[in-house]
Amino acid sequence: MSIDAMPAPAALKRPRRRVNWGLITTYVIVILVTLTMLAPFIWMISASLKLDRDVFAFPIQWIPENPRWENFVEIWTKIPLGLFVMNTFQLTIIVTILQLLTSSFAAYAFAKLRFPYRNALFLAYIATIAMPWQVYMVPQFVMMRGFGLTNTLTALVCLQAFTAFGVFLMRQFYMSIPDELCEAARIDGMSEYGIWWRIMLPLSMPAISTLTIFTFVTTWNDFLGPLIYLTKTEVKTIQIGIRMFISQYTQEYGLIMAASVVSLIPVLIVFLALQRFFVEGIASTGLKG
Amino acid sequence: MAGISLRKLRKTFGTLTVVHDIDLEIADKEFIILVGPSGCGKSTTLRMIAGLEDISSGDLVIGDTIVNDVPPKNRDIAMVFQNYALYPHMTVYKNMAFGLELRHSPREIIDKKVNEAAEILDIAHLLNRRPKALSGGQRQRVALGRAMVRSPAVFLLDEPLSNLDAKLRTAMRAEITKLHRKLDATFIYVTHDQVEAMTMADRIVVMKDGHIHQVDTPQALYDRPVNMFVAGFIGAPQMNFFPVAVARGGTSVRFGDRELPLPARLSEALPPGSADRACMLGLRPEHFHERLPVDVDPAMTAEMDMEVELAEPMGAELHLNGVLGGETVIARVSPRCQARAGDRITLIADLSSAHLFDKKTEAAFGN
Ligand SMILES: Nc1ncnc2c1ncn2[C@@H]1O[C@H](COP(=O)(O)OP(=O)(O)OP(=O)(O)O)[C@@H](O)[C@H]1O
Ligand SMILES: [Mg+2]
Repeated sequence: MSIDAMPAPAALKRPRRRVNWGLITTYVIVILVTLTMLAPFIWMISASLKLDRDVFAFPIQWIPENPRWENFVEIWTKIPLGLFVMNTFQLTIIVTILQLLTSSFAAYAFAKLRFPYRNALFLAYIATIAMPWQVYMVPQFVMMRGFGLTNTLTALVCLQAFTAFGVFLMRQFYMSIPDELCEAARIDGMSEYGIWWRIMLPLSMPAISTLTIFTFVTTWNDFLGPLIYLTKTEVKTIQIGIRMFISQYTQEYGLIMAASVVSLIPVLIVFLALQRFFVEGIASTGLKG
Repeated sequence: MAGISLRKLRKTFGTLTVVHDIDLEIADKEFIILVGPSGCGKSTTLRMIAGLEDISSGDLVIGDTIVNDVPPKNRDIAMVFQNYALYPHMTVYKNMAFGLELRHSPREIIDKKVNEAAEILDIAHLLNRRPKALSGGQRQRVALGRAMVRSPAVFLLDEPLSNLDAKLRTAMRAEITKLHRKLDATFIYVTHDQVEAMTMADRIVVMKDGHIHQVDTPQALYDRPVNMFVAGFIGAPQMNFFPVAVARGGTSVRFGDRELPLPARLSEALPPGSADRACMLGLRPEHFHERLPVDVDPAMTAEMDMEVELAEPMGAELHLNGVLGGETVIARVSPRCQARAGDRITLIADLSSAHLFDKKTEAAFGN
């Protein structure tokens, strides 16, 4: 008997669509929160296309009447923004790469190797996360000055190439990779470096992407570090370079906002490129199940 | 040459000793199986042989060299893990070829070996897949293949079949036995499944709490267990035990108010002065019969009444679970037996095949 041949069901009562107030409320709240988050961002973009005197005009004119695209040209000539961008890129890329290397390397040892006091050492290292930077900022600066590293990007690289947070993040991920994979690789004849490079790194793309995003964004947006260490124009990064639009007498808000928009672009690109992994868990572990 | 000797091998984790000075000689090309309950130290022993676990004391000899400090890759071994441990980011081919690539084998040889192994294991059509696109049984074959291509002298397998369903497990059991014959290598296999052990092993090592209790061929273990633990562990359903006391100068035992005859084999093994010694009598389920078998001496039997609590038809036989003289027992009778739960049935116990253990030491008499 085919489905068609079955007797038609007696007219089913269709429940009347009820208005789901709970769902509507949730949506309203979510939309409000989203707008609140986006507002400053939109304001920044809108301000970047205005004259200084229009920036703070009230009520806010979200779409400027005659947008000043010249702002985006002027920022490159008024201050050496190109240089700042280059500096920031240099710093950010070096720091990110170093941090990925050092973090995943240390994390491998903490997660997969056995050595005396491993856990104690790890805990001690992790505990440093709880220490605010402001506490040891000054002694650190004095030390760096002793090394003659002030006004160099090297100083910031040295400070930021190692973080307990990165090690923690990577270690937690490595813990979820079964030990047997490393053991199989050891029997297959791989060195520990080989296992780290050819097994652990490829399998930890989600964690690597997460750490890349965090590190890239933090380093790119860092203000305090460069503010303390970089005073010469040649070595400045964007974040402190933008302050050059603020002089004793004038504050060119339109230009500041335009430069800020520019400085956001790389961060957005990195985020969009990697967010897929950020969300996606590890695809498969090759194990049972 | 790949005989393996474990000499007073010990493993401690902190203050906890999990393998206690075990001695074991494994012959070249032998198929040896370590069995024992969970946590008895089987895997730890295997991992010490593999070199994945440091040896706390004692010596491990492969061939004629002490390999305690030789890294795993130089021990000429391959290991198959319980969860297979395939590299998830590599294809099946790459998984199998990886070990050889690391040893800088020439391309053509790698290709030949991988294809050969894939052929034997019937996974040739899967070579380009990733492990996640394989079924459990296929992954298991790949794991075996990865071990095979290296042609090691020793294969170490840690519960390789435990993640497979019952049918596949039976099939793979036969496959692995065949593989052992074909590969001409030493196999050391860990399992807690005594059926696997009985069907595949040349010799079985029975372990408990980090000690080896007995090492022997499957049949010898079944027929002559050295103690109650081995007797109870090997054989399914389990051996039945009855508390008894030695009587009549050792020619019989008292069980409750009954007297059961002891075969000469056992009475002769009792040390002098054993009168009234508390013992455990062991009878396997198949040593209970509904009627007297022709080849059994009637003088060596006893009729015993059993309250049947559960009758499990197995097809070829019927397992009766119940109470006999106050002890729970399982009897294995012909499927034609009509007894069902709640019935009272008279069984004939064949004591000529009985085992006798000292109650205190649990050691067997007469082995
Ligand atoms: N790294 C470790 N640290 C501490 N104790 C451990 C460690 N590895 C194993 N053990 C202990 O050693 C004992 C033996 O473990 P092992 O893995 O050898 O058991 P097993 O016989 O293989 O059991 P199973 O059948 O469950 O796999 C267990 O009690 C276990 O808790
Ligand atoms: Mg185990």
